[in-house]
Amino acid sequence: MSLIKGETGEWEVVIGLEVHAQVSSNAKLFSGAATAFGAEPNAQVSFVDAAMPGMLPVINDYCVEQAVRTGLGLNAQINLHSVFDRKNYFYADLPAGYQISQYLQPIVGKGTVVLDMPDGSTREVGVTRLHLEMDAGKSLHDQDPRLTYVDLNRAGVALMEVVSEPDMRTSEEAGLYLKKLRSIMRYLGTCDGNMDEGSMRADVNVSVRKPGGELGTRCEIKNVNSMRFVQQAIEYEARRQIEVIEGGGAINQETRLFDSKQGTTRSMRSKEHAHDYRYFPDPDLLPLELDPAWVETIRASLPELPDAKKARFMKDYGLSSYDAGVLVGEKDTGAYYEAVAKGRDAKLASNWVTGELFGRLNKADTALADSPVSAAAVGELIDLIADNTISGRIAKDVFDEMFATGKGARAIVSEKGLTQITDTGAIETAIDQVIAANADKAEQVKAGKDALLGWFVGQVMKATGGKANPAKVNELLRAKLKN
Amino acid sequence: MAALTDLSLAAARDGLAKKKFSAREIAEAHIKAVEGARGLNAFITETPEKALTMAAQSDARIAKGEARPLDGIPLAIKDLFCTEGVLTTAASHILDGYTPQYESTVTSNLWRDGAVMVGKTNLDEFAMGSSNMTSYYGPVESPWRREGDNRPLVPGGSSGGSAAAVSARLALGATGTDTGGSIRQPASFCGIVGLKPTYGRCSRWGIVAFASSLDQAGPFARDVRDTAILMRTMAGHDPKDSTSVDLPVPDYEATLDGGVKGLKIGIPKEYRVDGMPAEIEKLWSQGIEWLKAEGAEIREISLPHTKYALATYYIVAPAEASSNLARYDGVRFGLRVDGDSLDDMYARTRAAGFGAEVRRRVMIGTYVLSAGYYDAYYLKAQKVRALIARDFDQAFGQVDAILTPTAPSAAFAIGDKMDDPIAMYLNDVFTVPASLAGLPALSLPAGLSGDGLPLGLHLIGRAFDEATVLRAARTIEKAAGFTARPGAAS
Repeated sequence: MSLIKGETGEWEVVIGLEVHAQVSSNAKLFSGAATAFGAEPNAQVSFVDAAMPGMLPVINDYCVEQAVRTGLGLNAQINLHSVFDRKNYFYADLPAGYQISQYLQPIVGKGTVVLDMPDGSTREVGVTRLHLEMDAGKSLHDQDPRLTYVDLNRAGVALMEVVSEPDMRTSEEAGLYLKKLRSIMRYLGTCDGNMDEGSMRADVNVSVRKPGGELGTRCEIKNVNSMRFVQQAIEYEARRQIEVIEGGGAINQETRLFDSKQGTTRSMRSKEHAHDYRYFPDPDLLPLELDPAWVETIRASLPELPDAKKARFMKDYGLSSYDAGVLVGEKDTGAYYEAVAKGRDAKLASNWVTGELFGRLNKADTALADSPVSAAAVGELIDLIADNTISGRIAKDVFDEMFATGKGARAIVSEKGLTQITDTGAIETAIDQVIAANADKAEQVKAGKDALLGWFVGQVMKATGGKANPAKVNELLRAKLKN
Repeated sequence: MAALTDLSLAAARDGLAKKKFSAREIAEAHIKAVEGARGLNAFITETPEKALTMAAQSDARIAKGEARPLDGIPLAIKDLFCTEGVLTTAASHILDGYTPQYESTVTSNLWRDGAVMVGKTNLDEFAMGSSNMTSYYGPVESPWRREGDNRPLVPGGSSGGSAAAVSARLALGATGTDTGGSIRQPASFCGIVGLKPTYGRCSRWGIVAFASSLDQAGPFARDVRDTAILMRTMAGHDPKDSTSVDLPVPDYEATLDGGVKGLKIGIPKEYRVDGMPAEIEKLWSQGIEWLKAEGAEIREISLPHTKYALATYYIVAPAEASSNLARYDGVRFGLRVDGDSLDDMYARTRAAGFGAEVRRRVMIGTYVLSAGYYDAYYLKAQKVRALIARDFDQAFGQVDAILTPTAPSAAFAIGDKMDDPIAMYLNDVFTVPASLAGLPALSLPAGLSGDGLPLGLHLIGRAFDEATVLRAARTIEKAAGFTARPGAAS
C-alpha cells in the first residue's frame, strides 16, 4: 500500500471507477442505426435515436448478449431479471429528454477484476455491477461563434457501465484496473477499449482518509478519457483534497471536471445542485428476462481469459508471473507467443517476443498486428540459434534485418554468409594467425595473465567476422595458450 | 337508396363489392360532408386529395377483383397518429408544422387493407382531456344538441374529433386512442360505438405517446359490426413495439352474432357511485335486463379497489407523460421560441407550446417522480394499480364480461367544468379501471337522456377477449335498437 505524505502525516487514497464501455455491436442498443466510428455527423441516426414523436425503443438482443458475456468474463452474477429505467434530464444532445439506463435492477451484479501488480503479485478489485444504457449525442460548441451543433451519431449507442467497488488505493492500481478491464473485454470481443475514439471513458471517484480511518467524502471526476489522464486526475485530486482538509476545510461531495491541459480538476456541480433524474421503469420496454440455458450457452463459448492464460503460461512454459502477465495482456500477443514457443525453448521464445520484438515494435510505434516479422519467422530465427547455425549475438543483427526488410532469418543468414563457424580447423587457423601477430601478448597469457585471454577471444571473433562459435574459440585458445 | 354517408361500413363494403357505387363516389360524398360540417371543428387537417387518390386505387383493385377488406372505406384519423407526409399535430402548438416521414403501424394496417383517409381529427392536446376543450385548434362541437336547447355540447375527449366525425356522418369509421377513456367516453357522448382493445393488441408505434403503459389505439364506428371489422385490421403484433403482443387476431365479425346465452355477466357493486343520475342507473338496469333476456347469467361482483382507480391514474399517466413529453424541446422539430440560453429556450418553447392542461399534467408527473416523493406517489400508485388488476383477475374467475355505464353523465355544454379539473377528471371514473388493468372495453349507445342525448353502456372483457365483448355488445345493440341520430346529421 502506498500512502501520500501530507503535513499532518500520511493519507490513504480511496478510488472507485465507473467505466463506460461501448458495446462492440454494429447496431445501436434500441434502434437499427449503425455505430461505426468517424461517420459524417448525423449520418447514423434513426427516427428512434432522434426521438421523433411516436417512436419506440426495441432492445438489440446482441447488445444484451455482449453484456452477459462481459459479466461472465468478470466472474459476475448474471441477473436473469433486469429492468430498463428512464433517467430524465434535459440537454440538446439527449433527444428524448431521457436516457434509457438500468438503475435499481442491472443485468450484471457483483464480480471481480484481478490486478497484475508490477512485482508479480496480484490484487482483487470488486465490481459492484454492470448495466446497459444508451449513449447521448454530442454537442459541438466550436463550429460556430453563436450556435451549438448537435451530432446524434452516438445517440443510442450501447454502453456498458461497469462500476467498481472503492477498492483501489493508488493511481497505478486504477491504471492497472482499467488495463485489465479493457484486456478482458477485448478478449471477449465485447468492447474494443479504444479510449481515443471514446469507446471507453471513466468517471473517477476519489476520497482520502487517514489509514484505517472512516471513508472520506468523495468527489466524482467526470469523463476522463485516457489511462494517463485517469492517473493524473487521481494524483491531483488526492493532493487537492489533502490540502483542503489539512488547511482546516472540508470536502464537498461534488462532481468535478478534469482539465487535461492543466492536469487539474475543477468543480462542475455540487451535491445540492445535483440533477434529480426522476428514474422510473421505462414503460416502452418490458423487463429483460434471460433464459438460464442461454446464459450457459454463452458461458460455454467464452474464450480463455487473461487470468487463466497467465496461469497456464506460468505452468506450461515455466514463465515468471511478470513475463506471463506481459504476454497475456492482449489476446493476439498471447497467441503470437504460443506460435513462437510451440516445440521450442519456451523461455527463449519469451525473451525474444517480450524483449527483442516488443522493444522494436515499441520503438517503431507499430502494433503487433502490423509487425513486419511473423511468429513463424521469429521461430525460424530461434531454430537457427538452437541448432548453432548462428550465435545469439549474430541473431540480434539478423533480427534487425528481418524487422527492416521482412526477409526470413535463414535467407538473411545465407545471403550474408553469417553461418557460424564450428569447424575446428578453420578456427584454429584464425587463432594461429592472431597468436602469431601478437606473440608478446601470447607470452603474457602463458605466463599467467589470464585477463588477456578475453582479449584474444575478441580478436579471433573479429577475424572471423563474428561467425566463430564463441565457446569453441574459447576452448581452442585455452588449449593453445595454457598448455 | 340511403345517402352514401349514411351507410354502415359493412353495407358500404358490400355495396362496393357489388359495384353499386364506386370508392370515388363514397369518397366524394364524405369530402363534401366534411366541408359542410366545418363548424364542428372536428378536423385539424382535411385530406381530400389523398382520399381521392386512395379511392382511385381502391376502385382499380375492385375492378380487377382484388378488393381488400376495407377498400374504399373513408376513415377519419385522430391527429395523434403519425401519417407520412401529412401534418401531425397532437392538437398542440408545440408540434407546429410537424410532418412525419413515417406512418404509424395502425394506420399502415388500415391503408394496407384499402381504407381511405378523409382527414386528421381534432383532439384534446396530447390526448389530455375529456371534453376536447384543450386542443390548440379550438374545441370540437358535438353534432348533438339537447332537446330545445341549442347550446353547443362537447363531444367528449380526448378523441372528440373522431367521435364527432363518425356521429355526424363525416366518415364511416375513425381511429381513436384511449388512455383512461378517450375512446369510450366520446363514443358515449356522441352516440356511437368505441372500442379500447387490450393493451398490447394494437401497436403503439407511430402514435404520439401520452402515457405509454396505458395508451391503446382503437376504432370508432356507428355500430358494433363496423367496429369489429375495423378492429380486425387495426390489431396485430408489431415487432417495433416491445409491448405489442404476438397473438392471432380473430375474425371478430364472424362470431358477432353468437349471442350471450350462458355467458356470465358481472355487475360491479362499486360502480354504483354517489350522485349518479337516475337515468344512467336506469339505463344500466335496462342493459342487465336485455342481457338476461337473451340468456346471460347476471352476477354481482366486487372490484374493491375501484375507488382508488382515478387517483392512481392521475399519478401514473402524468408521470409517464412528463417524461414522454420531454422530447418536445424546440431542438429538432416543431415550435421553438429562442432564449438567452439552452435552458431559457426550453422554458420559453415549452411555456408557449403547451396548453394549461398539458402543463398541469407535466408538473404533476414531474412532482410524483421526484426524489423524496417517488415512493409515496409513483411507487404506491403502481402497487394500487396491481391491486386493481387483481380485482379484475378475480372477477374474471367468475364472469365472462362486466357491464357498467360508460360515463356518469351525458355530454355537457362547451365551457362547463372548465374551472374544475377534478370534476372533469370524474368523467373517466368508469373507464379508468379497465385502462389501468389493460383490459378490452367497449362503449355502445343504449339509450337517450331525458333531454335527448345519447348514453352509453360499457362492457369490459378478459385480456385479449375482444370477441366476447363485441358479441355481448351486439346483443345489447339489437335489444336497444338505438336509432337516434344527431341533429347536425339529420
